[in-house]
Amino acid sequence: MTKYIVKRLLLMIPTLLGVAVLIFFLMRVVPGDIVELRFSGESAYASKENLDKERARLGLDKPVWQQFVGWMGGLVRLDFGTSMWTGAPITEEIRLRFALSLQLAIMATIVAIILAIPLGVIAALRQDTWIDYAVRVISIAGLAMPSFWLGIVFILGLLIIFKWLPPMVYTPFWTDPVQNLAQLIWPALAVGYRYSAVATRMTRSAMLEVLREDYIRTARAKGVWEKLILSRHALKNAMLPVLTVIALEFAFLIGGLVVTEQVFNLNGLGMLFVEAVGHRDYTLTQALVMLVAFVFIFVNFLVDLAYAWIDPRIRFR
Amino acid sequence: MNPARSHSTMIRGLVAGIAGVMLILLAGRGADAQERPRYGGELVYVVPTEPASYDGHREGTFALIHPLAPVYSTLLRFDPTDRTGTKVVGDLAESWTIAKDGRTYTFKLRRGVKFHDGTDLTSKDVKASYDKIVNPPADVVSFRKGQYTAIEAIEAPDPTTVIFRLKWPAASLITALASPFNWIYKADILAKDMHWYETHVMGSGAFIFVEHVKGAYWAGKKNPNYWDKGKPYLDSYRALVVKDPNAQVAAVRAERAHAQFRGFTPAERDSIVQALGPKITVQESPWDCVLLVGMNHEKKPWDDKRARKALTLALDRYQGSQALSKIAVVKSVGGVQVPGTPFATPPAELEKLAGYSHDIAKSRAEARRLLKEAGIPDGFSFGLKNRNVPMPYAPVAIWLVDQWRQLGLQARHEFIESTKWEADLREGNYEVAVDTQCSYAVDPDLDLYKFQSMGISGNNYGRYVDKTLDDLYQKQSRSLDAEERKKWVRDFERRLLDEEAHYFYTLQWHRIIPHSAKMHGWTVTPSHFVNNQLDGVWLSE
Repeated sequence: MTKYIVKRLLLMIPTLLGVAVLIFFLMRVVPGDIVELRFSGESAYASKENLDKERARLGLDKPVWQQFVGWMGGLVRLDFGTSMWTGAPITEEIRLRFALSLQLAIMATIVAIILAIPLGVIAALRQDTWIDYAVRVISIAGLAMPSFWLGIVFILGLLIIFKWLPPMVYTPFWTDPVQNLAQLIWPALAVGYRYSAVATRMTRSAMLEVLREDYIRTARAKGVWEKLILSRHALKNAMLPVLTVIALEFAFLIGGLVVTEQVFNLNGLGMLFVEAVGHRDYTLTQALVMLVAFVFIFVNFLVDLAYAWIDPRIRFR
Repeated sequence: MNPARSHSTMIRGLVAGIAGVMLILLAGRGADAQERPRYGGELVYVVPTEPASYDGHREGTFALIHPLAPVYSTLLRFDPTDRTGTKVVGDLAESWTIAKDGRTYTFKLRRGVKFHDGTDLTSKDVKASYDKIVNPPADVVSFRKGQYTAIEAIEAPDPTTVIFRLKWPAASLITALASPFNWIYKADILAKDMHWYETHVMGSGAFIFVEHVKGAYWAGKKNPNYWDKGKPYLDSYRALVVKDPNAQVAAVRAERAHAQFRGFTPAERDSIVQALGPKITVQESPWDCVLLVGMNHEKKPWDDKRARKALTLALDRYQGSQALSKIAVVKSVGGVQVPGTPFATPPAELEKLAGYSHDIAKSRAEARRLLKEAGIPDGFSFGLKNRNVPMPYAPVAIWLVDQWRQLGLQARHEFIESTKWEADLREGNYEVAVDTQCSYAVDPDLDLYKFQSMGISGNNYGRYVDKTLDDLYQKQSRSLDAEERKKWVRDFERRLLDEEAHYFYTLQWHRIIPHSAKMHGWTVTPSHFVNNQLDGVWLSE
């Protein structure tokens, strides 16, 4: 097991390295650069002198290979440098937004689990009854409705019916839990519902498959209590694909909620990502891509480890 | 007449008279109470974007001005009550004199002005700040350096006197010194680190900077030692960063914010007014921003002025104004200056310019003749490069395409990402493009600079060289007599928009500010960069 963990951790390095190379060169291929954007501001004169000064300050006047070596050198030392747009350390830019994004991802995941697992199990147990059809309608509706659209519906509903809007500034949970939840519960519900739709369908189909397995039939033949069969034998085994879906969705939520963050005015990583790309802020975009890539790889690694705990038949080599 | 009745009538009359007088007095008192500024409260407003740094001297965006102008002072400022946004008054300067030859400006500073760290603000600080703007060190970027080329030297002979000596007379110097970006920094700090203000805030304005949480909000609190005793009225302000336009509208609609000072669209205004009714006050003004049509003079047939002129002649601006003003932030038909401001084109003269006649049939007939003369066939197709910002770029471009189609021209609308659009325009990678121009104040020098020859102007994307136009720019810029200057501005305008048709204007933007009726002491101007110091703003509840 230890050997497997070390091997998987070491394998992360070439993957992250590949991502680093890819994102560095992709950013340089995209037309336009940060200096032109800075100087296209309203009320400004874009003199060549100013453009050159700024390029030199940001190191963009150096050959691309030198910029690449500098970036890779920083990565090795875990030094992501400073944002080309704001000049602030990248770790500070990310730290400011990470707490919100992480909390929202956790809350949405909780919403999704609370909805998806009971609904998926009930639908499987009552296959082809009105309950199953109702669950399928609910889950298909969740897939069909983008979470940002649902978010807009929530906001308009709150605004028109209750003349109330969620707080517009993030307050950490430990500072004021009520204010914090008043802001984040709505996007968590909007995102969690869509997220639950995927997980519900996965839970239902996995449960249906497991319920037809020989060992379930054997357990029933032996007269094991039905609830025990479901919880210990069926659900636990059906959880493997569901866990994968939930984990991948969770990783996506860390940096992928761009429009939902915009709709709810959330200062999260998704908005930062879009702004960084829009500004052609090479250093910040590269750092964010690395962060998201790391989250994906690490979450996958954790899921693989969890497989062994859920299904003792799985052994690592 | 019955004496008793007469007596009773007299008493009734007296009572009515007293009641009337009392009512008038009370009404007067009521009105007075309503107009008398009230102290206290926090003004909350929305800022749609964020600046890259905190240094006004190196930034060009309102996103810096709106949250930080309340913290700083400038030498001069635009009168906060002037709707044209062109009248200059003193901020730190108590008074000033201009030498007869127009080459020496002497400013007397107010005494007792203090920075927020408690130190005195003197002429040394004004000089250091302007030295940074006018003659920045090699590693320092000054955005508006080009506007101060006339300045030869800045002197501070005593703590309350600043002298600007010029190489030549500059008609716009006073306006340029009122730039809302030219914040006065502390000389001692600049002497130690010219880049300090890029990441720190310390001014002498009506409010003291409290904090900026990136992506979330800016906060400031009342400066009890502000030089203008009795001001500011507010205890504090908070500028919320809200990037999504729908969320901005929702913030005002839900009364979470009193205003957004850049501007809303007509539909957004209507939705807020419909929801809040009398709780909302709407102020509107022509906006000192405009969408232009640039034609690449290095690409055929746009090297031929007949082809360029035909494009502007095709536009029915008056009909366009009526239709577009209902759905987009454009409205007035104007020349090179915002209508209603001192150098604006009088309607009779505007009518004479190509594309401004009310007789659209005649204009289009002339356009067809010019196209034929230039050898441009019916159905000629060309690309119209546009920025993928919906408001007002998309509706204006659609209108343009339709207007040109009526001449038999086929414009292919290329709606591309802002950065690529900017790069394509700069590199001349386009045929015809929607271009833009915004200034921090309505002033011929600021508004016309762009149109000088390539090489002089960094953002002349038409890629032409026109020495006559450059000469006219210089003449208007150095003319201290307002009437004479107007004449040069008109000559410049005629050459730019009509004779050579290098560039042309579509419609003036229209600034719409629906704000809480509780907010008072703020006046809309054509520029969204000025009038953001908030020292005169107060809340009635």
